[in-house]
Amino acid sequence: MKPFTKMTGVVATMDRANVDTDQIIPKQFLKRIERTGFGKFLFFDWRYLDNHDLNPKFELNRPEFSGASILVTRRNFGCGSSREHAVWALTDYGFQVILAPTFADIFFNNCFNNGALPIALSEDEIETIFQKVEQNEGYQLTIDLEKQEISGDGGLSFSFEVDPFRRHCLLNGLDKISLTLEQEEKILAYEKAHDPSL
Amino acid sequence: MNISPDGESHSTISKPKEDASQTTECSQPKTMCQKIWENHVVHAPEGEQTLLYIDLHLIHEVTSPQAFEGLRLAGRTVRRPDKTIATPDHNVPTTDRSLPIIDQIAKQQIETLRQNCKEFGVRIFDLDDIRQGIVHIIGPELGLTLPGMTIVCGDSHTATHGAFGSIAFGIGTSEVEHVLATQTLPQFYPKTFELGIEGELSPGVTAKDLVLYLIGQIGTAGGTGYIFEYTGSVIRSLSMEERMTVCNMSIEAGARAGLIAPDQVTYDYIRGREFAPENFDEAVAQWKKLPTDVGATYDRSEKFFAEDIAPQITWGTNPGQVVDVNAKIPSPGDYSDEVDQKSAAQSLEYMGLSAGSSWQEVEVDRVFIGSCTNARIEDLRAAAAVVKGYKISSNVQAMVVPGSGQVKKEAEEEGLDNIFQEAGLEWREPGCSMCLAMNPDKLEAGERCASTSNRNFEGRQGRGGRTHLVSPATAAAAAISGHFVDVREWNYK
Repeated sequence: MKPFTKMTGVVATMDRANVDTDQIIPKQFLKRIERTGFGKFLFFDWRYLDNHDLNPKFELNRPEFSGASILVTRRNFGCGSSREHAVWALTDYGFQVILAPTFADIFFNNCFNNGALPIALSEDEIETIFQKVEQNEGYQLTIDLEKQEISGDGGLSFSFEVDPFRRHCLLNGLDKISLTLEQEEKILAYEKAHDPSL
Repeated sequence: MNISPDGESHSTISKPKEDASQTTECSQPKTMCQKIWENHVVHAPEGEQTLLYIDLHLIHEVTSPQAFEGLRLAGRTVRRPDKTIATPDHNVPTTDRSLPIIDQIAKQQIETLRQNCKEFGVRIFDLDDIRQGIVHIIGPELGLTLPGMTIVCGDSHTATHGAFGSIAFGIGTSEVEHVLATQTLPQFYPKTFELGIEGELSPGVTAKDLVLYLIGQIGTAGGTGYIFEYTGSVIRSLSMEERMTVCNMSIEAGARAGLIAPDQVTYDYIRGREFAPENFDEAVAQWKKLPTDVGATYDRSEKFFAEDIAPQITWGTNPGQVVDVNAKIPSPGDYSDEVDQKSAAQSLEYMGLSAGSSWQEVEVDRVFIGSCTNARIEDLRAAAAVVKGYKISSNVQAMVVPGSGQVKKEAEEEGLDNIFQEAGLEWREPGCSMCLAMNPDKLEAGERCASTSNRNFEGRQGRGGRTHLVSPATAAAAAISGHFVDVREWNYK
């Protein structure tokens, strides 16, 4: 996994609460057996019209959000299905950071396993970012995971917290399976203790 | 099992000791969750996630191919194929199994599951096996799901298995790969949330209505960061199948897992099933130690009363947007919170509903009876009892999709298939079907569906489709009436 340390990018806003993973990546795209190439299907039902033209009313299709790598949205983002395809679609589209007041559990976990950073901020902080983006076309934020700080033009500065272990894994791009396999002796000991037939 | 997505630090949560033997017989009373957790700790390094052993890993065709590919690329194997079980369910056709699968991409995904199982030595219950079915229905049905276990699956409705007193939760594909490779998963100790339901459910009010009511009360994210434990006299009175319906929808309130303490109902259900323990009485003696001790505390507890619960219908586009069958469809102004108001307005518009109208005015086009929430034999019996002697409304198309090959067989032995077909409902082969509409069973844009499934998200059952989550009895009554009705007043024939 690629390490995540610090990034600066254009912010796109999506003024919706409870965005579920069925919206992030609709089921008809879950039949693929690869991890890649999901970006073009991100938010498919909202993003495209029936004739497959871009839906001009959909937030992410606003021209100023082109090339955005930070998504700001409302509470309980990523609820519903456990499909990791949702994270694959977001990262393949170009999002590396998602800011929201709260996230659903499974989605939150899936982000870290793919080098994406979900950050929970207060409702007020999220609202401030929404306003900054509305007032400043092409508004950018810098996300510093090392310092756990978010900063942007106009004196915007918020701190955030990420669990220390997850932060360590992201900063160093660590592969969790390799880390666990270092505990092979303990796994084996557990198995022997619980299944004497081994 | 995170505790950080809601912004809270997990450092405030008390963490069980790594070695359960360090605690003595007269130690602090424990919750069931804590006991199961402690029994599965492989390694608990300070300040990191605890490495938990996984007893049962269920896999299906949609969330596993990339995990197997990951193993292949890293030159890894499946550590414990004997603790791994596969079945295709999500995108299998529910029509004649003797015909080839028309959808080539779906066909390839099912074929990939077969190949992966063969290559890595994993047991699969394939389409030609009567034991095939929705993964959360076959686990319990085969006696694979047992009290005290840790169970995972790349599917959020894995919470279903918590009905047996096991910690069961959905995981992403990276975690599927992790479990395949190591039989363990790093996890944070969860917060616990007791939902106590006292009293007695009225006739016509089902386990589905109960869980929809609970989700409505605590909200679609009310359980985020928690494991639920359902307690109280109502839970004790439920059958195993009803308990599974309740636990199944824990995730719709944001909780990754929902537990119910095992009791005689549980033991009686498991006894004699294909994979049930051979030394059954010894196993029961162990299971009896699992329930939460008197005096143990939860991070949060709420009480609910069965008398307050009527048949439920969702009106919006998340399962928390739900009301009683006799309530009016709400208006955005009924909510005090600005975000909730906006969500309600968006939902009403998508659903094509007017605030203030009654459910009897809402006509349905389609009825779906199925899914891991409500496709067990008791669900089908409840639906069949309603439709018996009636014909479905001429404007309605309705289908019944049993949850597994064994459920289908049992239903046919009881003649339920004939009751459904005589009433005009289609009788299908087992699978997830129109719960998520990956296979050809789906809604057309604008179609309104009374569905016994678990999610009413926009487009879940087909782009532009409008889903109302209900119990099997309410769905069946809507199929006959052509609109929603209060099934408590149904004239059974």
